[in-house]
Amino acid sequence: MSLTIENLAVDLGQFQLRDVNLTLETGDFFALLGPTGAGKSVLLEALVGLVPQSSGAIYINEREISRLPPEERGIGIVYQDYALFPHLTVRENIRYGLKFKSRKKSGRKAEGNRPDAAAELIPLLGLGHLLQRYPVTLSGGEQQRVALARALVVKPDILLLDEPLSALDPNFRQELRSYLKKLHAVSGATFLMVTHDFAEALSLARHAAIMAAGRIEQHGTIEDIFRRPTTAVVADFVGMKNLFKVEFSAAAARCEAVEFKIARRPEPGSGFIAIRPEDLILSKNPLISSLQNSFKGRVKAVRSHGFFYEIDLIVKTLIFTAVITNHAFFDLNPAVNNDLYLSFKATAVHIF
Amino acid sequence: MRKETFLWLTLISSFIVLLFVTVPLLRMLTAPSFASLWETIRDPEVYRSIGLSLYTGISAAAICFVCGTPLAYLLARSEFRGKKLVEAIVDLPIVIPHPVVGIALLGLVGKNFWLGRLMHEIGLRIVGSPAGIIMVMTFVGLPFYLQAAKEGFASVSPRLEAVSRSLGASMFATFIHVTFPLAWRSILSGIIMCCARAISEFGAVIIIAYHPMIAPVLMYERFQSFGLRYSQPVAVWLIFVCLLLFLSLRLIGGSSRRFESRGRV
Repeated sequence: MSLTIENLAVDLGQFQLRDVNLTLETGDFFALLGPTGAGKSVLLEALVGLVPQSSGAIYINEREISRLPPEERGIGIVYQDYALFPHLTVRENIRYGLKFKSRKKSGRKAEGNRPDAAAELIPLLGLGHLLQRYPVTLSGGEQQRVALARALVVKPDILLLDEPLSALDPNFRQELRSYLKKLHAVSGATFLMVTHDFAEALSLARHAAIMAAGRIEQHGTIEDIFRRPTTAVVADFVGMKNLFKVEFSAAAARCEAVEFKIARRPEPGSGFIAIRPEDLILSKNPLISSLQNSFKGRVKAVRSHGFFYEIDLIVKTLIFTAVITNHAFFDLNPAVNNDLYLSFKATAVHIF
Repeated sequence: MRKETFLWLTLISSFIVLLFVTVPLLRMLTAPSFASLWETIRDPEVYRSIGLSLYTGISAAAICFVCGTPLAYLLARSEFRGKKLVEAIVDLPIVIPHPVVGIALLGLVGKNFWLGRLMHEIGLRIVGSPAGIIMVMTFVGLPFYLQAAKEGFASVSPRLEAVSRSLGASMFATFIHVTFPLAWRSILSGIIMCCARAISEFGAVIIIAYHPMIAPVLMYERFQSFGLRYSQPVAVWLIFVCLLLFLSLRLIGGSSRRFESRGRV
């Protein structure tokens, strides 16, 4: 199901959401990024129907849901702190929504004779051995899997994920990320995930929007947002400037005519690399060093930021942005159309 | 060194406070002989008064539970203009002197007021009846119930309610399946507090209903007419029966909280 948000505004006194316009296509995985306090969570709560909107409309496909109570919207939510019902077992948590679904939504979806989704989700999420346990006895990763199963059991049209991975240990995070991918593929629901982690957004989402101070600053494909920020706020927030969509081979990644040496094998499904501007080393002559990536480029633009300079460099068809100190700037003395060499370690290449 | 002196001071004063509470109670509990206790409980006047105390106290707590729960939920969950005022009103019965409570209620249901006369006309006796006692007890017990229930509801994360609703449960279903079970322990504490407060009420009750006699009134009368020795056994029995009541309430009500003790492994 597609989700359309039109001119949504929420007024919470000290905080306001204004002019929120977004469209999520059917089956999309959409990331909502932004600094803390940008209003991402408020937007989710407005979508669920927990905070009143002062104007605007929300549609699922053609159906307007803005005036419906939360239980009739068909929007599920998974919170960062899992929000499992502590007085119910894992099984009771997962099956919670089924009690209410049978009565209400049967008219809307004509698939009543299929076995219920719990039977599919429990093995898919590896929860079979935990069904009798109470939530407090589970690890963070297990709790989050239960929360996902509970939300998906009622087959929501849209699933909202409020920073689903940020409370987890790093090693659980990777595991849950792959579960999220799997669930998105299997459930067919449209996912909207709030995050402040680029790696999460890049590895999971197709489209994204950046939010700041209660407004949507930019939305589009992930690649567009990272490579072509339209506002200073987005550029600042995105930070990771050198982002390229690549094809991977054994120990290299290729984007157009440029081949990058990479230090580790990409995970299945990866499709991007990124290099931080401060990891790029510029020099007048080719460096004789152990740096595995070295390219010749031409200076396209030079920008002063007071304590440092930003240099845009064209390498074949790609544009790189490097950050250098004032001291290095006076050594190199780069001017537009000068040739410079650009080097960086294979380990500086981040893979998403 | 200074810190140690301070620690000793706190220990000593804590000990004094604890003694102050326990010694008089122990003295009273051990004063009557078994023979006099046995004789007292066979006295119909005594067991009737204790029974009436229990009956009216439990009724008052039940009324507070049924009628007070929605208000407690509202106070825990919503912000509105005048909420502070509502909270102050709810706490009034705690700060008003007990005889004043009795006088205020008597002014309402007594024969000098139309409401009292109306009730008398239709045969509803408040003054000098168990109904009047229950009314007084509800009045004084309500703040204790509301406070505990409100805290119980406030401790349930609104997120759990949000999730429940997003899963298709209406507000009412969410209250029944999530909020109430999670707040139950506090609610039960509130019921017990309210019940205890109701059973201990004396000053307001004697103004509305000296007869039929609840246990505290009987104790007072025996103390007045026969002296300390005759009121002590009644007090011991009342304490004993109340402890039994509250203990069994805890045992019955506590069984639904398995998940917590099991959780903390």
